[in-house]
Amino acid sequence: MEGGLVLLGGGANGGGSGGSSGFSTNESAMSEASSYPAETELELGLGLSIGGPTGKINKASGRILTAKDFPVPRRASMNGGTPPSVTVSGTKRAADQSVPHDSGSPTATSQVVGWPPIRSYRMNSLVNNNQAKAPRAEEEHKGINEEEEEDKAIKDGSKLKKPNENLGHIGFIKVNMDGIRIGRKVNLNAHSSYHSLASALDNMFLRSAGAEKQQLTMPSKLLDGSSEFVLTYEDKEGDWMLVGDVPWMMFLTSVRRLRIMKTSEANGLAPRFHERNRTQRSKLI
Amino acid sequence: MPKRLASSLSDEVLEHVFSFIQSEKDRNVVSAVCKSWYEIERWCRRKIFVGNCYAVSPEMVIRRFPQVRSIELKGKPHFADFNLVPDGWGGYVLPWITEMAGAYPWLDEIRLKRMVVTDESLELIAKSFKDFKVLVLASCEGFSTDGLAAIAASCKNLRELDLRESEVDDSSVHWLSHFPETYTSMVSLNISCLGSGEVSFSALERLVSRCPNLRSLKLNRAVPLDKTANILRLAPQLVEFSACTYSAELRSDVFSNLAGAFSNCKELRSLSGFWDVVPDYLPAIYSVCSRLTSLNLSYATILSPDLIKLVSHCPSLQRLLVLDYIEDSGLEALASNCKDLQELRVFPSDPFDAEPNASLTEQGLVAVSLGCPKLQSVLYFCRRMSNAALVTIAQNRPNLNRFRLCIIEPNTADYLTGEPFDVGFGAIVEHCKDLIRLSLSGLLTDCVFEYIGKYAKKLEMLSVAFAGDSDLGLHHVLSGCESLRKLEIRDCPFGDKALLTNAAKLETMQSLWMSSCSVSFEACKLLSQKMPRLNVEVIDERGPPDSRPENCTVDKLYIYRSVAGPRFDMPPFVWTKDEDLALRLSP
Repeated sequence: MEGGLVLLGGGANGGGSGGSSGFSTNESAMSEASSYPAETELELGLGLSIGGPTGKINKASGRILTAKDFPVPRRASMNGGTPPSVTVSGTKRAADQSVPHDSGSPTATSQVVGWPPIRSYRMNSLVNNNQAKAPRAEEEHKGINEEEEEDKAIKDGSKLKKPNENLGHIGFIKVNMDGIRIGRKVNLNAHSSYHSLASALDNMFLRSAGAEKQQLTMPSKLLDGSSEFVLTYEDKEGDWMLVGDVPWMMFLTSVRRLRIMKTSEANGLAPRFHERNRTQRSKLI
Repeated sequence: MPKRLASSLSDEVLEHVFSFIQSEKDRNVVSAVCKSWYEIERWCRRKIFVGNCYAVSPEMVIRRFPQVRSIELKGKPHFADFNLVPDGWGGYVLPWITEMAGAYPWLDEIRLKRMVVTDESLELIAKSFKDFKVLVLASCEGFSTDGLAAIAASCKNLRELDLRESEVDDSSVHWLSHFPETYTSMVSLNISCLGSGEVSFSALERLVSRCPNLRSLKLNRAVPLDKTANILRLAPQLVEFSACTYSAELRSDVFSNLAGAFSNCKELRSLSGFWDVVPDYLPAIYSVCSRLTSLNLSYATILSPDLIKLVSHCPSLQRLLVLDYIEDSGLEALASNCKDLQELRVFPSDPFDAEPNASLTEQGLVAVSLGCPKLQSVLYFCRRMSNAALVTIAQNRPNLNRFRLCIIEPNTADYLTGEPFDVGFGAIVEHCKDLIRLSLSGLLTDCVFEYIGKYAKKLEMLSVAFAGDSDLGLHHVLSGCESLRKLEIRDCPFGDKALLTNAAKLETMQSLWMSSCSVSFEACKLLSQKMPRLNVEVIDERGPPDSRPENCTVDKLYIYRSVAGPRFDMPPFVWTKDEDLALRLSP
């Protein structure tokens, strides 16, 4: 093993052993497990799979996602040791390198977990500050309607962000489940639909780690009322609502935290369809 | 007989001498001189610092140091601050409290950072330590106002309660009211992390008015302006104060009340808070500005002109935390006004926008480095940088000991030349010979690590992200940085070779964190086998690392030295070489 030093002295000849090959194998395994094969095909078709397995985004693993999961071709050298000539969108690089793809420069930073390295305490404060500011002039991007966004949101987080610039800040929110002492946090930025979020929560709370792959493709029971638990959220006004009633975007702007509640306890909540009973301010926690 | 007398006298004398030695490092050196010094020292050690709560067990600490009065523990790795460590990873303080409750009845200080503290732990503290004085919970979580109520009710001699940046659940208990009317000993209270529902203002006022020794008060965010003035009038002796919400429009009666209250505070040296502050109210603090040594405006959306005015009133400033609204012009004003400045932190007001919303560039930092001769500690977020600026900063300020630069967009190159920042950071480590902490960012190749390995001999903590080309980079750091204690790496192409080649080095360090790099599970197992005094923990929520193809890289890796062996509280997503697969998968 010590002979490895000789190789190192000889110059950079690649990253971790088997990094590249291991990575692509992993990628195909993950694609099989993806519950969103349609989106995966879309992503691959656009050639955005450089440097990262694209199928992972909707995989309801509750895994903390990193830059590898997003279809922005960041550092291919991350796993292959190739010199940093692969251009990254949004990077202010020298003129001799071209930007091959235009998923929108503001996305890159907002999609990487834990970057920039700002404590959540401070991040929450920024959210409050930015919500108080008048929306900036990004009118040119506001033409995209919500349906379009939900379809494309996975591969192109920029459009997810622009209509409401605060979305990039939401990040992690707390999730508690009745009967479980330790709460978790889930990254809302990583999900583009209720289905994706509920699958992730299923995986986090209702199954042990090492879950069988086939369960990942089954729709979550949390949303259809068939499980003994129901997914609720506290909105900006402090009311507890059932998750799933409002469009996903609207949900993102008003959710403060989540709670997986026993169905039997959820009686006082706003009804699932159409009616809101706002006079009920039951303090459920 | 005379011999025994002589030796017992010298024990006492030695113990007396040792009592003047406060620093942990010196104490450790003293205990290594000889067996009798080891024995004497361990009986009179009063203060313990454990940088990684899993490096040693509470039983071992108690066995060696039977008469400890003050303990400081740190739990999760630093990157937990940025949500890179999944919930449930560990860092539970209860086992420590349980053991110490029995062994250290006179324990009076507990300081915790990044640990999981439950109400049960707090209740146990309240019950077990009769003379409890200091509780600091920094970036902790897992407890509610119920636990705080227990502390308030039982700790009659509590002097310090500091909950900085912790996450506290609201249990709707008016915990502040649990301090009995006879309680008067508070010296330092930091409840800035609490929400509005969790603090009863009238209870707070009563508490402040009956604690004449109160020196530091950091209130929570939702206290309105007129209440702020009242509190200040009740405690004009304050040295540190965290101010709160400012109301939307200037009202002259509120303003003069506030200004009057501040002018009474002759001892005030440190101000923070300033959430939602309206610039029109800032002049209310001018009367104290000339004496201020520390100012934290990093939550305040005040723009550059108002910041410049404020800063020009503060010639004694040693520490400034601020948002990028200060802009280059504000930093230039800082550089000309505040010659005593030692620490500067500039945070981004809108980190997720690629376009800067404030004119803050590398020029501001260069100006401060030139104008402030005592500058030692820098944390700077910006969107562009140049090697030339870094070299200038390094040459201007060789006395820097902490340099953390975050160029917000990963892989950003020198905006003037398009080059990586190898030369710039190289200059930093070469000139700043006392550098103990460094964070890198921007486009970087293996070269920067060569410079770091060559020059950064006193470096203790290094943070690396999106940098390097190959294992060589990691190898340079591990083989060159003699004083390295903590290394944290994310998204770099570092893998098995560098790690295994430098296995022995890892035992001389406190910890190594690597996430989204290129280390295989095989290498982790091999390392773990080779180095029994290292705990090699793979954090991977995707399932057992064994179940994936052999060379698949691990998600996150946390390696730390330990004399306590593998821990018993690992959650299902943490894997070590000893994992029993059958046990894992059963619920």
